[in-house]
Amino acid sequence: MPQMTFHTPATHDEVAALLAASAGARVLSGGTDLIVQMRSGRNAPSAIIDVKQVAGMIGVRMSDSGFAIGAATPCTALLNDSALSAAWPGVVEAANLIGSVQVRNRATMAGNLCNASPAADSVPALIAAGATCVVVGPSGTREVAASDIAVAPGKTSLAPGEFVAEIRLPARPARGGDAYLRSIPRTEMDIAVVGVGVALVLDASGTCTAARIALGAVAPTALLVDEAGAALVGSKLDDAALEAMAVAVRAAAKPIDDKRGTAEYRTAMAGVLAKRVVAIAAARARNAA
Amino acid sequence: MSKIAVTTSINGDPAEFLCDAGETLLDALRVTMGLTGAKEGCGSGDCGACTVMMDGEMVCSCLVLAPEAEGKSIATIEGVAEGSVLHPVQRKFLEHGALQCGFCTPGFIVAAKALIEKNPDPSESEIRYWLAGNLCRCTGYDKIVRAVADAAAEMRQDQNSQRTAA
Repeated sequence: MPQMTFHTPATHDEVAALLAASAGARVLSGGTDLIVQMRSGRNAPSAIIDVKQVAGMIGVRMSDSGFAIGAATPCTALLNDSALSAAWPGVVEAANLIGSVQVRNRATMAGNLCNASPAADSVPALIAAGATCVVVGPSGTREVAASDIAVAPGKTSLAPGEFVAEIRLPARPARGGDAYLRSIPRTEMDIAVVGVGVALVLDASGTCTAARIALGAVAPTALLVDEAGAALVGSKLDDAALEAMAVAVRAAAKPIDDKRGTAEYRTAMAGVLAKRVVAIAAARARNAA
Repeated sequence: MSKIAVTTSINGDPAEFLCDAGETLLDALRVTMGLTGAKEGCGSGDCGACTVMMDGEMVCSCLVLAPEAEGKSIATIEGVAEGSVLHPVQRKFLEHGALQCGFCTPGFIVAAKALIEKNPDPSESEIRYWLAGNLCRCTGYDKIVRAVADAAAEMRQDQNSQRTAA
């Protein structure tokens, strides 16, 4: 077997060329999934492409149109960005539920997306927030919705040679709020049994004008449930609207039974959790007025 | 087999080592550099026994590749005491009996020291959340949490008395 090689490219083009040159090449940013997979034998890369030397890969940039988060930015670094934490607290909190402090000092949201676990904590929050990914590859750059990265457990829509260079979040709308919660049997260091991300907007009278609700760990990929969001729009988030939203959430959930929870429990819990997350997002939207 | 040459700093001293592309920082520290304080418990980032500081942030050295240490500054448990003088966190672990087998202790000490440097007055729940990535199968954690709180209290007092003296 040829020896695995280690590369520290300085530009997007070099990363794309190295990835395209070998089907077994893998991107390394935080390594908290990749190195575990290498050590368990699930993944035997031919080349490791450490992207952290590429300009712009680490750090958060704010503009009028929103935020650009370098793909190799560790989760804990998001907490240190006060503008991002104020605008998208749900996204920042979701990213900082992953693993331990040691893990979050390395782990990235782009890695969470591209690892394509159905239970990835940051993914429902990113989808709810309307995040997009800047995907760079041998034939150029394209912008892809965060919801279109994972296609199945462990599988992404990225073509050979493509990688995520940046995650973009819009500017927070006026009277907008977001939140994410997950259900786990412990308080830390566990994988979501159910996760729910919500981003919504209220008008001056408290009527919901837009809502995006995304579920994790209840299907092969995170789900954006349009019907659940639609159930809230036009309402003042009264009990009837919340119940209609929960019905849509339970209908969309297609979970499996596993050691962390039964399909029945996950489905019921998805509705319960969604109501709690909507309440947090709504409180944030009111405070943001 | 060509090795990768890595130039780094370990516990404040310049260091160089050769490694393979897929070798972990933990193996480079333990096997190549002979720094066996950091331990391998799980090898998957769950137990924290391999915790070291890299550029001031705590990481699981089993989940860092050795070539990534190029140009970084690494701090391990071996650099925590000053000569024969134990760090307050180390002393409080002994005073409180916050260890039994000791396998997890280097990781706990490095993590606890990092917490107190960031947050000099952590609450009990802040200590427990911060140390969630460090597993101990002997003590039941209470003595560890008390040792960390006590070390933080002593370090605050030392800081205050230094300030008063100045």
